[in-house]
Amino acid sequence: MTPAGSSLRQGAFLTGLLLASLLTIALVVGASVGIGDLPIPLSTTWFAVTNRLGWTAMELNRIHETVIWDYRLSRALVAAFCGAGLALSGAIMQALLRNPLAEPYVLGISAGASTGAVAIAILGIGAGAVSLSAGAFVGAFAAFLFVALLSSGTRGGTDRTILAGVAASQLFNAATSYVVTTSGNAQQARDVMFWLLGSFGGVRWPDFVLVSVVVGAGLVLCLVSARLLDAFAFGDEAAASLGVDVGRARLALFSLIAVMTATIVSMAGSIGFVGLVVPHAARFVVGSLHSRLLPACAVAGAIFVVLADIASRVLIPQQVLPIGVVTALVGVPFFSVILFRFGRAS
Amino acid sequence: MSIVAEDITWRVGRKTILDHVSLGAEPGRVLGLLGPNGSGKTSLLRILAGLRPPNEGHVRIDGRNIRSLGRRALAQRVAFVEQHAATNVDLRVIDVVKLGRFPHRSPFSGWSAADEAAVNEALERADMIEKREQRWQSLSGGERQRVHIARALAQAPKELILDEPTNHLDIHHQLSLLQLVSGLSVTCIVSLHDLNHAAMFCDRLVVLDRGRIVADGAPEETLTQDLLREVFAVDARVEMSPHYSRPHVQFLAPEPSAAAKRHGGIPNVTAPGR
Repeated sequence: MTPAGSSLRQGAFLTGLLLASLLTIALVVGASVGIGDLPIPLSTTWFAVTNRLGWTAMELNRIHETVIWDYRLSRALVAAFCGAGLALSGAIMQALLRNPLAEPYVLGISAGASTGAVAIAILGIGAGAVSLSAGAFVGAFAAFLFVALLSSGTRGGTDRTILAGVAASQLFNAATSYVVTTSGNAQQARDVMFWLLGSFGGVRWPDFVLVSVVVGAGLVLCLVSARLLDAFAFGDEAAASLGVDVGRARLALFSLIAVMTATIVSMAGSIGFVGLVVPHAARFVVGSLHSRLLPACAVAGAIFVVLADIASRVLIPQQVLPIGVVTALVGVPFFSVILFRFGRAS
Repeated sequence: MSIVAEDITWRVGRKTILDHVSLGAEPGRVLGLLGPNGSGKTSLLRILAGLRPPNEGHVRIDGRNIRSLGRRALAQRVAFVEQHAATNVDLRVIDVVKLGRFPHRSPFSGWSAADEAAVNEALERADMIEKREQRWQSLSGGERQRVHIARALAQAPKELILDEPTNHLDIHHQLSLLQLVSGLSVTCIVSLHDLNHAAMFCDRLVVLDRGRIVADGAPEETLTQDLLREVFAVDARVEMSPHYSRPHVQFLAPEPSAAAKRHGGIPNVTAPGR
């Protein structure tokens, strides 16, 4: 078999894989729309979408159509984009920091976002003019700046960045806990805690527009940077000797991650584990080269979070679990299997 | 001259690592860099490769200051092989060697025939063509070093800088690696610990001691018994090898009392900068 022939076959295989993945995302989103207190068949969802696009003119149940359009479809799509964004961020962090434990929250971004949200919700900063999400966004960026300063710009080396991120997480988590525990209003504190653990309950179409633009642009930028991320395989020095401007590349990619994570956290709260687990799982299937790993992460992250969102609604009847609880409860056993197999393989 | 270092000074904090170092590498020749631990070899190589800006002085390539060249342009010209560059990323040999084409490709350009040819030639040169599909993690130390050299050659450099490439290799692999490097048509600057290997494979030797160049010339001019005593604090006899016309160093076991005397006589050799 010639190398060219094998790469051609591999290319066809990967294209097939990509198409299959997109189909799976569509099916999972369809399932997410269909499952709930009011079950909706997949065909109804399909025709609701094609009706809206002007391809068909099917007579559909009004209530079904309203539920699909006003609640469930936007929710499922936002969940998909959030999952894709979190998994991408994790893959990039693991490459740049050369640390298998790195994920977006290592930079303290979710902790900062939580503090921002709590400051708005409980302390009433902004007096209602600023939404919880905007507060989360500001908090996320404050944490990012804190880490950037503490790790002396971007030249401090990977270990310093991780240490600075851990310090930022501790600081902002402590601030959040302080505000929550000293607040007099128990119901408010409970609401905030629920939000912190993640939920897609409140998301609507404007959220979808924002997250799809941010994560979509992020995916494109990541794919453009795929080879650059490969160049980091042997460390910063090796990347620099290959012609990478390490400081600039790292600042640019970390900023991209901060924007994606802040957007996601401001909508859905902090959803743990996706950024950590999905890239590792994806590596088992497609390998470590980022031109394959990044699309695989986006697809797998989207599927994982939509499934987790379904699980969060159906696991306990009449009650919605925080999505962060589901991703961790599903993610940890899954991750254990990976670690176990990895340990035996090497 | 291909790479020229002019009056390089490099400090870390208050400590001066390199003190007004100047040297020039001749095109196509192998320049060996010798010196005891902590004499500044690695720092000098990093500065020559453009990975660190010196506090004072310049590095020029064909008369141009490398700081005006830009990272990518420099990487198209100069390749650097670090000491133990490791990874926990699961890559194949071919993937690692392909990294060498990074400076020659834009983010949107596909894999060209020229890229393929450069990678194949580099693998061939480093004698790794048969292991191209093998996993990096499954390679031995000698094979990994060869892959790094193949990666550097895939960069199609005119200058190749290697930092102690023979470290941790067995004697067979040390010799075959140096044979490979000295047979290349590119300008090589290589730091080494083994004086006899340096004499065998280098056209010229530069000896660093506490950040200063103390000798610069052909192996038979630089590797003298006096220099070995003063710089490396070893008693040795240097003779021309009857097997190859290069100097050969034989070390004499130090007598305990003599060693103590020498340490008294040569301050600061083992503890530079103190």
